[in-house]
Amino acid sequence: MKFDVNSPVLFLITACVIAVVIAQSVFFLVRALRRAEELGIPAEKLKKIMRTSAIFTIAPAVSIVIGVITLSKDLGIPVPWLRLSVIGSLSYETIAASNAESAMGLRFGSGTPLTSSQFVTIVFVMTICILAGILLLAAIGGKLQHGMTAMKNKDRKWAATFSNALFIGMISAFVGYIFCDVGKLAQGQTYGLIPVFVFVISMGVMVLCGTLMKVYKWNWMGDYALPITLLVGMASAIPLTAWLG
Amino acid sequence: MKNRKQMTYMDSVNHYGRIWCVIMTALLLFVPVLMCLIFHTRPDAKGLALGLLATAPMYWAVGIIEVFTYYPMLGAGGSYLSFITGNISNLKLPCALNSLEQAGCQADSEEGEVISTISIAVSSIVTTVIIIIGVILIVPLTPLLQSKLLAPAFAQMIPALFGGLGIAFISKNVKLSILPLILMTVLFITVPALNAGTVGIMVPVGVLLTLLEARIMYKTGFLYGKNNEQSR
Repeated sequence: MKFDVNSPVLFLITACVIAVVIAQSVFFLVRALRRAEELGIPAEKLKKIMRTSAIFTIAPAVSIVIGVITLSKDLGIPVPWLRLSVIGSLSYETIAASNAESAMGLRFGSGTPLTSSQFVTIVFVMTICILAGILLLAAIGGKLQHGMTAMKNKDRKWAATFSNALFIGMISAFVGYIFCDVGKLAQGQTYGLIPVFVFVISMGVMVLCGTLMKVYKWNWMGDYALPITLLVGMASAIPLTAWLG
Repeated sequence: MKNRKQMTYMDSVNHYGRIWCVIMTALLLFVPVLMCLIFHTRPDAKGLALGLLATAPMYWAVGIIEVFTYYPMLGAGGSYLSFITGNISNLKLPCALNSLEQAGCQADSEEGEVISTISIAVSSIVTTVIIIIGVILIVPLTPLLQSKLLAPAFAQMIPALFGGLGIAFISKNVKLSILPLILMTVLFITVPALNAGTVGIMVPVGVLLTLLEARIMYKTGFLYGKNNEQSR
């Protein structure tokens, strides 16, 4: 078959793999819903969780579509569609594809047409490099679970603190990242303040949502507080970028 | 080994999770092999070796650390789903955290495990469907999503997300949060190599640091007073 980065057969292969990914999600969803019923978690609560999760996902998922568009300039549509639907993320895939292209004397982002050999080389590099997590998880997932259960049985309060510390550790890394370009102010560049202002506005919106819930008893807002915060924060970036960018 | 009827819910999640990981690994590796067969080609040996050498050591190291970092936060079911569908820190984990917060349960309880799994499964399905719609409509969507008007909004998704999520968690864990927040902020401002490309590597660093601080605070009674023992 004649090679093309957008060959219909590549779309077909990707669609088949993605069907398996959806099947896995449905498999775990059905089992978790059954277990939730056994645990006596009210159906209404589960519906709320599912509704909020779906709404919250829309904006980040659209940003993944932008990632597919970005990568498609070099790799066509099917491979970025596959890589960003299974395991990958834009930053990982860009680096992997860029390293593979550099190794073959190409420059990522140049849009140079790829030969079939170059294309499969890139796909092999992207695939092999991303598999460590999934393989290790298969090997030790059960052991990690037993370790966490043992810690919880030994000291319940420490287990809760441990869990909170994990979340705070992750959040602190991302908060640090938000400030990473603030130092550019010394050179007269103000664009580093854009993420900081977006972050502060987003915090303010979350506080406002919490206040409205408390004062006016708008409990429904709890379901939408994070999606609202995310959208207002992202929207605020538009005038902020025009001002500081 | 327990048979299926003897398995607890958690045992079965790990059992089937392992099977799905193996299936997905085989399937993903089969994709480039299939491409070679269909297009009658083979990878460029030198390009493959150099590409792997430049990429694999860092990615494999990060992948290994990510399992230890994210598994306790995502829970078993959430991990098996998230490690296959990807976009953990910018989508799946915030989604699960929000759901746990909404449901008012701890991540390490069985209720938390179930809520986290449901949340991540729904998020994975919605993400996959939106990407499919995006791929189908890629021609009309490209100028809109990459327009000068909307591009800044998507470029600032992480600050918008972690502002809302951060305030909710930090306000409940003020004592734990102060030191890691200050340290990470100072590090990112002063070390030029720390940026969007390296934030993923800094997550385990932040987590380890906070765990160490939490342990010291817990043992010295700074978090809950000197009566930690009574809570056991």
